Amino acid sequence: MEKDLLLMEPVTLPQDKLSLLDAYIRSLDDQEGMLIHILHRAQHLFGYLPPDLQLYIARSIGIPASKVYGVVSFYSYFTQVKRGQHTVSVCMGTACFVKGAEQVKEALKKELKVGMDETTVDELFTLKEIRCIGACGLAPAVMVDDKVYGHMNEENIRTVTSSYKGV
Amino acid sequence: MINNRSELLEIRKNQNEMRQLREIGGGKGNRIELLVGMATCGIAAGGKDIYDELETLIRDMDLNNVDLVKVGCIGSCYCEPTVQVNMPGHAPTYYGYVDRDAAGRILHEHVLQGKILKDKVVPMSFNRTDPAGARKRQFRIALRNCGNIDPEEITEYIAFDGYEALAKVLTEMTPLDVIHVLKESGLRGRGGGGFPTGLKWQATNQQKNPQKYMICNADEGDPGAYMDRSLLEGDPHSVLEGLIIGGYATGANQGIIYIRAEYPLAIARLNTALDQAREYGFLGKNILGSGFDFDIEIRLGAGAFVCGEETALIHSVEGKRGEPTKKPPYPSEEGYLHKPTTVNNVETLANVPEIINKGAEWFAAIGTRNSKGTKVFALVGKVKNVGLVEVPMGTTLREIIYEIGGGITDDKAFKAVQTGGPSGGVISAEYLDTPIEYESLRSLGTMMGSGGMIVMDEDNCMVDIAKFYLQFTMDESCGKCTPCRIGTKRLYELLDSITKGTASPNVLEQLDMLGNNIRNSALCGLGQTAPNPVLSTMKYFEEEYRMHVEEKTCPTGVCKGLFRYSVIPEKCVGCTACRRVCPVGCISGHPKQVHSIDLNLCISCGACFDVCKFNAIKKA
Repeated sequence: MEKDLLLMEPVTLPQDKLSLLDAYIRSLDDQEGMLIHILHRAQHLFGYLPPDLQLYIARSIGIPASKVYGVVSFYSYFTQVKRGQHTVSVCMGTACFVKGAEQVKEALKKELKVGMDETTVDELFTLKEIRCIGACGLAPAVMVDDKVYGHMNEENIRTVTSSYKGV
Repeated sequence: MINNRSELLEIRKNQNEMRQLREIGGGKGNRIELLVGMATCGIAAGGKDIYDELETLIRDMDLNNVDLVKVGCIGSCYCEPTVQVNMPGHAPTYYGYVDRDAAGRILHEHVLQGKILKDKVVPMSFNRTDPAGARKRQFRIALRNCGNIDPEEITEYIAFDGYEALAKVLTEMTPLDVIHVLKESGLRGRGGGGFPTGLKWQATNQQKNPQKYMICNADEGDPGAYMDRSLLEGDPHSVLEGLIIGGYATGANQGIIYIRAEYPLAIARLNTALDQAREYGFLGKNILGSGFDFDIEIRLGAGAFVCGEETALIHSVEGKRGEPTKKPPYPSEEGYLHKPTTVNNVETLANVPEIINKGAEWFAAIGTRNSKGTKVFALVGKVKNVGLVEVPMGTTLREIIYEIGGGITDDKAFKAVQTGGPSGGVISAEYLDTPIEYESLRSLGTMMGSGGMIVMDEDNCMVDIAKFYLQFTMDESCGKCTPCRIGTKRLYELLDSITKGTASPNVLEQLDMLGNNIRNSALCGLGQTAPNPVLSTMKYFEEEYRMHVEEKTCPTGVCKGLFRYSVIPEKCVGCTACRRVCPVGCISGHPKQVHSIDLNLCISCGACFDVCKFNAIKKA
């Protein structure tokens, strides 16, 4: 997926969101040191960090784009491809793993008809793995956006995903 | 704004009634309290709905003397949502598995009529009012306030002696006094390494550079451990207080909390706590009139396990890729922005105020000769009472798993327990009576780590577990040094070949050699410990490995790749479902005729077995 980045269509970055990002960057004293925070804010605003946006940030704070890309690609929290409206994250912590996260993952792939790190055709869901979310008491756990669902199994995942359809 | 110690005492006195009620159901007032567990896991289990339900009911029933309190995690994750009822003159009652119906009954039966709901009561495996803790096994120092106070109300923390240690330090002690107490207490780092905290503080204190930093490592990356999250969500002020005391002792005026972005609730509660601490004058200029200045800011991580390593963490705080660097120089000499920096784990810092308040001797009397105090463990996996437990060092694994944890789920057979996360290893049944301390765990080939304790039963395959951890370290390797970047990938591939039945006969020797090479040559702690899950499972479960390699069978039936699939002709109706699902097209047969699998092409993925509605695929 990463190798296709250079071939990706340039995207138009909405001006209103860029202004919000600009205002945030200007409010910081140590802009370079706060790069990770800036990227968090940018991903929150735009949903993902396409190459053009990385370049924009690099120019705003006066550092090479390669440095921004180096940070974006290093941390798993950042994504360079567009995600669906909701992100379904299967917790792959050890507690979830020993209690059957693998089966939950397979069931979700089947239910949503996508592979890992892929987005459904209707752009509603992106399915991904996540490192431990610390809800080990509820293992196996699945997180949709910021909401945690516990004790998941092949049967009850459908109830969860369908609660996001048509909303 | 609190200007001195006596004003702090005044606030505490005003809360005395509440403290009495909260601790022992004492006091003469007529207020009744309902404590609802609202940490991440509590909310996910429905705690918010229960809180809303109780709030509505209390309003509708005009119960003016009932207070609802949002508390953090009490540690009994298995039975959430939980509600604790405190009535004057009665010992606190804990309810678990509370649903809407039970919430109504708590108000109608317990609060109004004084009848305890026997079917919903859950036992507490610790006792706050019995400090010896002897009868209960658990003893809480770091988690002392978790589940007992509202983390968003600083006055509740003050009521339970909060910021008293800070006041004591600033008015009575020099930085060297504080370091002396810490050294005497024997407190060691709770994040994994176990380095003595007092020595770490002393090293930074001795540096001449006037600009120093104090960093709290809240990048809890060990999958299966969540004590730091619980602490920050349930009692953030105890961590702040420890950090401020550390700043005073080491000579730092700036504190940083580095926290994972995956913990949104903990971040929100930390921000609330920081605002309140500033408002009350525990942060800022001239704290409590002592002339000491200190402030704290939050820095977010972005998902990288290696950032738990202190040099990598410092780079990440600087906004860079979180790659580790060689030590020395240690952070205490050259850390954040090349200035002397102390990095302490969340749980370590939460212990500090109690040590200052109760004294080094009190702390040093708990635990074993070389491991003092208590340790919080996330007891998870195949155990009945999943949750956070805090026990004195020296407690045995058997006591934790069977007495506190209630034994194995569905009463299956215990197989192994994994400690230390991806840097640790497994411990088999014959070592269940080992007392837990830093050294004893290391001699068993594992480590304390941050305190994940994952219990596995007879259904878990050890090769599969080792493969799981290696996949983790392979993905999380930062790529800076070759032994870790390439070594973990090769280790993973070898393990993968074992689970698929394609391994060469000498694969175990290869694993052993490669594992030891990585251990000796990787740059940072993550790389050096990455082979531990493999080496320790091989050490204790060699027979299981041999069965995979030599007989190509997985005794637990987990490793799908070792199965051979065939069609049972009597059961096959020729529905073609298996033929359509087979990814390599090795199944042949016409509709309504018996199908067959070409074993030369079959990759043992098991798709046909899963899809067949007539149980006509045989797995052996």
